Amino acid sequence: MTPALKVENLVTELALRRGVLRPVDGVSFHVDPSETLGIVGESGSGKSMTCLSLLRLLPKPGGRIASGSVVVGGRDLTRLSEEELARDWRGRRISMVTQDPMTSLNPVYTVGDQVGAPLRYHRLAEGMRAVRAGAAAVLGRVRIPSPESRLDEYPHQFSGGMRQRVVSAMAIACEPEVMIADEPTSNLDVTIQVKMIDLYRKIQEETGVAIVLITHDMGVAASICDRIAVMYAGRIVETGPARRIFRAPAHPYTRALLDSIPRLGRKSRRLTALGGQPPDLANPPTGCRFAPRCALRVAKCAAYPPDAALGEGHSAACWLAGNEADHAA
Amino acid sequence: MAVEADVPAATAVRAGGRRFRVLAAGIPYLSGGLLLLLIVAAVFGDALTPHDPTLLNLRAAFMPPAWVEGGSWAHPLGADNLGRDILARIISGARVSLVVALWAIVLSGGIGALVGMIAGYFGGWADVIIMRLVDIQMSIPSLALALILAAVLDPGLDTVIIVIVVSYWAWYARLVRSEVLSLKERDYVALAKVAGCGPFTIFHRHLAPNIVNTMLVLATLQIGQVIIFEASLSFLGLGVQSPDISWGLMLADARGYITNAWWAITMPGVAIMLTCLSSNLFGDWLRDALDPRRRQL
Amino acid sequence: MLLEVRGLKKHFPVGSGLLGPSGLVKAVDGVSFGVEEGKTYALVGESGCGKTTVAKLILLLERPTAGEVLYRGTSVAGLSGSALGFFRREVQAVFQDPFSSLNPRLRVRSIIAEPIRANENIGRAELDRRIEEALDIVGLPKGAGALFPHEFSGGQRQRIAIARALAMRPKAMVLDEPTSALDVSIRAQILNLLSDIQDEFGVAYLIIAHDLALVEHFSHDTGVMYLGAMVEQGPTETVFGNPQHPYTEALLASAPRPDPDHRPTPDVILGEIGSALNPPSGCRFHPRCPHAFGPCAGTDPAPVDTGPGAWARCHLLTENAMEKAE
Repeated sequence: MTPALKVENLVTELALRRGVLRPVDGVSFHVDPSETLGIVGESGSGKSMTCLSLLRLLPKPGGRIASGSVVVGGRDLTRLSEEELARDWRGRRISMVTQDPMTSLNPVYTVGDQVGAPLRYHRLAEGMRAVRAGAAAVLGRVRIPSPESRLDEYPHQFSGGMRQRVVSAMAIACEPEVMIADEPTSNLDVTIQVKMIDLYRKIQEETGVAIVLITHDMGVAASICDRIAVMYAGRIVETGPARRIFRAPAHPYTRALLDSIPRLGRKSRRLTALGGQPPDLANPPTGCRFAPRCALRVAKCAAYPPDAALGEGHSAACWLAGNEADHAA
Repeated sequence: MAVEADVPAATAVRAGGRRFRVLAAGIPYLSGGLLLLLIVAAVFGDALTPHDPTLLNLRAAFMPPAWVEGGSWAHPLGADNLGRDILARIISGARVSLVVALWAIVLSGGIGALVGMIAGYFGGWADVIIMRLVDIQMSIPSLALALILAAVLDPGLDTVIIVIVVSYWAWYARLVRSEVLSLKERDYVALAKVAGCGPFTIFHRHLAPNIVNTMLVLATLQIGQVIIFEASLSFLGLGVQSPDISWGLMLADARGYITNAWWAITMPGVAIMLTCLSSNLFGDWLRDALDPRRRQL
Repeated sequence: MLLEVRGLKKHFPVGSGLLGPSGLVKAVDGVSFGVEEGKTYALVGESGCGKTTVAKLILLLERPTAGEVLYRGTSVAGLSGSALGFFRREVQAVFQDPFSSLNPRLRVRSIIAEPIRANENIGRAELDRRIEEALDIVGLPKGAGALFPHEFSGGQRQRIAIARALAMRPKAMVLDEPTSALDVSIRAQILNLLSDIQDEFGVAYLIIAHDLALVEHFSHDTGVMYLGAMVEQGPTETVFGNPQHPYTEALLASAPRPDPDHRPTPDVILGEIGSALNPPSGCRFHPRCPHAFGPCAGTDPAPVDTGPGAWARCHLLTENAMEKAE
């Protein structure tokens, strides 16, 4: 199968006064149609910068894609002109949902206007009536009850969960091949979050959209992702099918992360904490970036480990992965 | 018992150095230099000029600037109707401008900040009364107020300062109040209350230091306005009186000769304009330099 | 009971027209619970349920509309002078955002010294010793005192906030979402630190949180709040192990778990949290409850005992209890 999105060796640079950072430093992954890939990491891991790079929405001035490719539908988005990218790709074939519905929606336009905007802009609907009908249909797809009657309402008349549905509606309006969702449920209460996750799953079943979900929450990742990529300090340290990542994590960072989360129904007085801090990206450690915090550190870790293939698309960038049997327990 | 947590001591040193470099990098040398020149002129004024600014020399009356035909380098910017050296008078007038600006800004800033902090922090009736006073103050034209005050008090430097303070405190009060309203919602203010700190401690530890930056920026931006205001009052005869020298007074004196001695009115005008422009540019830079969000990049 | 809350209410007027406020937001509407010495009590619920307002009322940052807060059996409402000082010394707080809770212009030592200076008159040497001791407990080196908050990461800042609270050697601490602003790998460090402090110094905690797994891990007793009212409370094992209120069940069923074989169920709860401005009649939860029936819209259910020290307010339980009685 041709992947809906294929990213290879993506390097993003951010020029700050204190020097040039590489928040994304050689990231490769792919997502198939109808598949959800979770990019999991902590703040500063580069997960959000990765998703901004995919759409070339990096902060200006200072941010730029230094090298690598982002391929959707056979075209490398990093080589397109800004006009072509805006006209035919962004919002049309690759779209994005952000964390905060309040900043994604303009308070002075009606919801119908805003959901219809991508349809109008990309000329998928001509004329006011067609745009309205299209917008209502999209609102229906995100399960907003009686969508026709809500087209003329303003964002503040929607509840928090409904607003996030509207933002998602804008993202899927043009039936893109790829949808990037950056922490789409992090500001929502759990009872609303579970409904949004359910919605994304239904949308994916109906449209076959490939979803890249950026999150820091392992619980959210587990409940929706088919595959997971774990990022640490600008690099993907482990990637594989969700079940493998949660059941048999191969990278010490993934393991430590999973161990440090309290779990319902499994009461223990002490958590296994991961010590130390993530590295300063202005001055990353040479070799494995997790080594300074790693309990299993060995001499070899002074050189960056290659991705060790562990079968079933599971791989980990760790010298110890591969000759794993003794650590798996 | 606790987990190790290493303190980035190196980061601390670097952060300090970075801050200095960032502040040093974008300094507007031109406007800063002009303001510095103004201060030097005000402090050492008389020692810098070859002429006594009040000395009459009728032979030099209406002498044009040095670069115009008939001018002489003895009076680089020319002389006025009584043959007084214009450069010397501008330098000497800088003192009046600066003294007025300093006093007016310190007093109006101090009163405004205090009143604004009280209104913002305590809210309720104190806030309602103070803010209505501010609204009333801001709706009275300053010149009308100046005319009344000048009629009651004697015209002079003190009156100018009083008029400016009465007209300007409201701006500071309003600004400080809005700052305090947002500052008092910070968790560290709530925690200070939980710790048992009284309002006075909260004022001087948590509110005042965070307001200083904003005040400094507004003050710098207002130097220009205050100098113009002083010049306008003196021009109208409500401010500084002869034989004291002020830029506004120079404009007023030269008004009658605008057709035959353009420099007598232009030179002090240019001095006022350059000072205001520098204070505005410098204030803009200061606002950006003190903004921690901009310092990050 | 070290810290107790009885019938606590906080109503905020909204809209101030000439004819007075146009409505009342009932942020907290009759909440009672108690925190035992050396134990942890957790308040859970969705945003807007009033849990943070309860914390502010306990910390005397807001005045209650009705009800009272008792500390060691004495109401704290009218305290002044030395009695208020005593309460201020013994009850401290740690808030969610470690960036907003430390004044960026003060050095760490000055931040930690603040509560001590406000309450005690001690010499410089003694003050330094207390600051060092607090820094040591939270795992920061002595030198940290000389630095400014921006020189620390989020997790380290939260340690400073804890050190500041600890410097008073408090008997109770209010922890308002103490880890939710932190990175996942840092949360466990801070939670372990808080557990250690409780074990060593016997501090009682009132923790406000939305992360149920964290609460189950961390607290001895739990109260579940919905729209300003407590719907279920009791020992944590009882509330989590055998939830009796449909809202508690819904929260537990919705919580995402780091387990790819667990699918959270979206149908256990309907719609979104109602408005505290106009809370629903009867049981506040009934518009969202999949089990709502006859009496739910009419009357507010009374608490029904659901185990030792545990109760829940739900008409289903009242009904069951009546059937049993018959």
